[in-house]
Amino acid sequence: MGSPQVRPVIGVLALQGAFAAHERALASVGAATRQVRTPGDLAAVEALVMPGGESTTMARLLHTSGLFTPLAARLAEGMPVFGTCAGMILLATEVLDGRADQHGFAAVDIAVRRNGYGRQIDSFEADIEVVGLETPFHAVFIRAPKVERAGSAVTVLAEHEGVPVLARQGAITVASFHPELTPDPRLHGLFVTDNDLTK
Amino acid sequence: MTSESKSRITGTVQVKRGLAEMLKGGVIMDVVTSDQAKIAEDAGACAVMALERVPADIRRDGGVSRMSDPEMIEGIKAAVTIPVMAKARIGHFVEAQILQALGVDYVDESEVLTPADETHHIDKWAFTVPFVCGATNLGEALRRISEGACLIRSKGEAGTGNIVEAVRHLRSIIGDIRKITQADNAELFQWAKTLQAPLPLVQEIAETGWLQVPLFCAGGIATPADAALAMQLGAEAVFVGSGIFKSDDPSPRAKAIVEATTHFRDADILAKVSRGLGAPMTGIGMDDTVKFAERGW
Repeated sequence: MGSPQVRPVIGVLALQGAFAAHERALASVGAATRQVRTPGDLAAVEALVMPGGESTTMARLLHTSGLFTPLAARLAEGMPVFGTCAGMILLATEVLDGRADQHGFAAVDIAVRRNGYGRQIDSFEADIEVVGLETPFHAVFIRAPKVERAGSAVTVLAEHEGVPVLARQGAITVASFHPELTPDPRLHGLFVTDNDLTK
Repeated sequence: MTSESKSRITGTVQVKRGLAEMLKGGVIMDVVTSDQAKIAEDAGACAVMALERVPADIRRDGGVSRMSDPEMIEGIKAAVTIPVMAKARIGHFVEAQILQALGVDYVDESEVLTPADETHHIDKWAFTVPFVCGATNLGEALRRISEGACLIRSKGEAGTGNIVEAVRHLRSIIGDIRKITQADNAELFQWAKTLQAPLPLVQEIAETGWLQVPLFCAGGIATPADAALAMQLGAEAVFVGSGIFKSDDPSPRAKAIVEATTHFRDADILAKVSRGLGAPMTGIGMDDTVKFAERGW
């Protein structure tokens, strides 16, 4: 773990997907970042963002890169993680409409339906109210997963049309939308400050 | 084309370009059957391109090449959970309307098919479905973006298994972007004239240092090393057409190209995944080749 003089490094899982956009958002709130593709990269970071992309692609690459087991161990130790879209799917305890062989980290007690809002032509933007933010957050949903159940250990931080879209369990935050695609860095800022990653 | 209900807006530039963001670092594979689509998904493809013949066969067979049969596209959509793209002919906006009605996730207005209009590309702003278009240089890329394309790919030379044209196109596009970021305001007017591209788009590149949309590589990728070359040159993801299902053993090659695209700067991993893949597709030289890349304007 970093000494008090060194800023903690937030990893961005860079196997596939929108990792570069997350790095830009984290940099805009003053965080130090590192792309994570190997177990060595993971060992050098103190928190992790799991970006949007294709969850089936990432699930396969988590195994071929040797990241799955060490990442599962870090999740069990309570490493702060922010998972968006595909990241949310990989962290959920239950995946509906996934592939039969698709299994993730089962770290957040939610059931998500892959592409639950429909195909790309149904992808949409909407303003949502977020607990802890004074004004609405403009959220972009792309072939988004839909949360169909949230367990009692899960705190829902935002809903859209009555469905949870931002939630937290312990040190893990998950979103079905893409805060990295809009210029508003408030959710990345909350992830950094809530988990004490600024020192 | 956007549409707005009480609590959601669809078809915006943000959601169209957003899906391209999600494909970054990935491999989009050409498939002609549901079985191939499943092999591609199992191998880690981030999307598939549904078409009736891969470019190598289009090249061999000749004749007019058109949008695929909707039944075949629907079969592939049903077989996989990843995004499904499909090709429309350049300028053939009705083929694009049909693909949108089928619910494909991206339309490729593609030079690989026979052009339907020798002057006009599709007005892509009129659609809810996003479009990807090919380009050989920055001017072409910016003209396509001005028409509403949300993703640009190099044209390369599809169906040849020869990466040389894709390298030429990527170097041209990215090299000119680098030069524009060094240009002063007066020079930007000249750049817009030379590129035959809208001035505001040229000025935006000067400010941001990159295209308005993601830039992927297509046309000629046959090996893991080809994919990593494209990525190191600055492409943000790769399309592999004939290179997978025209090779000896498609599944291991597909998996290797996926890993090479993720670990594109790690030569040890590239060496590991390049081993024992069997023969790649037989490539062809450029001298006597019909150039698909010259289609589009």
